Amino acid sequence: MQWDWQFTVEILPRMLWATVNTLMAAGIGYAIAAVLGLIFAMAQRTRFRSLTVTVREVVEFLRSTPLVLQIFFVYYVGPEYGVSLSPWVAGMIAIGLHYAAYLSEVYRGGIESVSKGQWEACTAINLSPAQAYRRIILPQALPPSVAGMGNYLISIFKDTPMLSVIGVAELMQAANAIGGQNYRYLEPYTIVGLVFLIISLFSAALIRSFENWIRRKLGMY
Amino acid sequence: MQDLSSYPLELTGPDVPMVRFMNVRKTYGDFVVLDDLNLDVAAGEMVTVIGPSGSGKTTVLRMLMTLETINGGVIYVDGKPLTHMPKNGVLVPADAKYLRKARSSIGMCFQHFNLFPHMTALENCMEGPVQVLGLSKKEARERAEELLSMVGMIEKKDQHPARLSGGQQQRVAIARALAMRPKVMLFDEVTSALDPEVIGEVTNVIKDLVTKHNLTMLMVTHQMGFARDISDRICFFFGGKIEEQNTPEELFTNPQKERTQQFLSAVKAAD
Amino acid sequence: MTYISFLSEYGGRFLDGALVTAEQFVCSLALAVFLAHLAGLLLLSRTMVLKAIAVVYVEFFRGTSLLVQLFWLFYVLPLFGVTLDPFLTGFLAVGLNTGAYGAQLVHGAIKSVPRGQWEAAYALSMSSSKRMLRIIIPQAFVIMLPAWGNLVIELLKSTALVALIAVPDLMFEAKQMNSSTYLSTWTFGTALIIYYVFARFLITPTMRSLERIMARRMGRA
Ligand SMILES: Nc1ncnc2c1ncn2[C@@H]1O[C@H](COP(=O)(O)OP(=O)(O)OP(=O)(O)O)[C@@H](O)[C@H]1O
Ligand SMILES: [Mg+2]
Repeated sequence: MQWDWQFTVEILPRMLWATVNTLMAAGIGYAIAAVLGLIFAMAQRTRFRSLTVTVREVVEFLRSTPLVLQIFFVYYVGPEYGVSLSPWVAGMIAIGLHYAAYLSEVYRGGIESVSKGQWEACTAINLSPAQAYRRIILPQALPPSVAGMGNYLISIFKDTPMLSVIGVAELMQAANAIGGQNYRYLEPYTIVGLVFLIISLFSAALIRSFENWIRRKLGMY
Repeated sequence: MQDLSSYPLELTGPDVPMVRFMNVRKTYGDFVVLDDLNLDVAAGEMVTVIGPSGSGKTTVLRMLMTLETINGGVIYVDGKPLTHMPKNGVLVPADAKYLRKARSSIGMCFQHFNLFPHMTALENCMEGPVQVLGLSKKEARERAEELLSMVGMIEKKDQHPARLSGGQQQRVAIARALAMRPKVMLFDEVTSALDPEVIGEVTNVIKDLVTKHNLTMLMVTHQMGFARDISDRICFFFGGKIEEQNTPEELFTNPQKERTQQFLSAVKAAD
Repeated sequence: MTYISFLSEYGGRFLDGALVTAEQFVCSLALAVFLAHLAGLLLLSRTMVLKAIAVVYVEFFRGTSLLVQLFWLFYVLPLFGVTLDPFLTGFLAVGLNTGAYGAQLVHGAIKSVPRGQWEAAYALSMSSSKRMLRIIIPQAFVIMLPAWGNLVIELLKSTALVALIAVPDLMFEAKQMNSSTYLSTWTFGTALIIYYVFARFLITPTMRSLERIMARRMGRA
């Protein structure tokens, strides 16, 4: 088996376009997870015990079952109840939920790392709980969470190939299709691997410098 | 459920104290921290609480700041109940909304400063006035700058806490509390976490407050000399009770109770 | 059809699938633990070549996505004359991938054993391999066990991907049953619950008790 450069050049545009889709899927999935994760985290900090326990269990469930199965579940279960989701929508919901569970743990860790004294100072200047979260606690919970948040961004990115199982046109799906049409798998799969390798190494470095930047920015050295 | 019908809905009369602890009880589980505490602090008075470790000094201040709930009795501030609210002619435990309004006349400084690390000294002092009192940024800035000048921190107003020494941080914390224009200021061992050489810069600020402002203050300290200099009254706490209270001269030169004498001589020996 | 009759008809297939999942889990776990320790130690090596091999292994398998690795092994390797059966390919990919993550845990844990322990072992003039085996690794093991708890759950979830190269595991069976019955909620839902029970009531308690046993052995409890 020989590497075919001409074939590589031929399929490159299609692979690049699929890369854009992959990045988009990761971005949208992450945005959903980031917001939903905050809701999961805050729901576990309310006074209502039953809410805390329920959300805790949901988070555990989402974290300990396979994402690929969750993707199938969301995609196929909808029609049984009269809602057909497109592959993109189903995929984004599944990835968003799955990683919301992880991110909620990151947020919780960050929030808990803020000292009790900060809460007391908020009371002493009479901030409302909502103000205390928004102005004092969450900004301080951010820097210790950035590393974890960044790692899960990369994880989401690396999990996007699973979306190919329901036909989302991302990199893996493109490679499968190209491979099937031309009976050549070496080039497409290798390109996919390289794209992932390059982007993850690059973004890992980016996240590290972002973490340092945000600490400086907030004046917490 | 305690019977609250004997507690007045409001304190009236010629000399209503600024702060009144009335039969206040505080427990953690079975452990009784404070039992039947009665303490008045008059408007403009400076009262210092001293006593051995674990005697409940911090707890007194934290209850007044509403950082701790109480298990019995009522605390009044400026004649109005703090821990309770009137409802259908009787007092009931205060809800969050009432508490928030009631505690607005109280400010507190902590042993470990608790400045907001992601804000500059100036921003720390502006946060409450802007967010809570609804001042404009400009008004809040003027007020904050005035107070930072008063505590001698105006040159460092744009520094984050991590760049300030302990004494400087504590002075900013005092300015932050004062920016809320409280009627009552609470100081809990504000010099205990400081290096000896910077204690003076903080105690001088507090002395200034005592002489130039008509604030009601309740302070916990282990510095007997400082307490003696500036207090109108000293309360000696022991085992969750006020064992003895008097003017500084009387209490330090002529303590009546044996436990007070023991405590004072132990402190003196340590100095 | 009621859920009970569904289960009585298809329960056997869920069981078969779960069994294959368990086999995949055990095989890939063994491989991952072995590779993690090997690579983790090599990362500490002062021989540049050995260290470089470990770095490349870790970065490569962490940086490219598991599904890409799986497909590469399954579709591309045969082109070079190496044909592995799906079961072997499945746990190889999962083990190689998880091993790379594990290597970082091993590396980090060994480095966090206090300096004094190294020096004490040195002072007893232990050989360097003895020092590693008898003094450092046992302590590192206790340090990294909690993190392995999470990684083992990730590994279980990863095994679900082998269904995509037709290993008849739980995920695969669920997919098959879904396409013949169209009972998506029941098929995928049941599979999700089985994974959850496996993770939450088998793996997590096992890891916890392992943590306790090790802590006791180290005289910490
Ligand atoms: N959250 C809590 N849970 C249980 N017990 C507590 C709690 N906070 C304080 N206590 C107990 O209440 C008692 C009084 O505590 P407090 O902090 O008021 O003492 P203190 O007089 O300020 O002592 P120190 O001089 O050491 O600061 C102590 O015995 C302490 O152990
Ligand atoms: Mg105290």
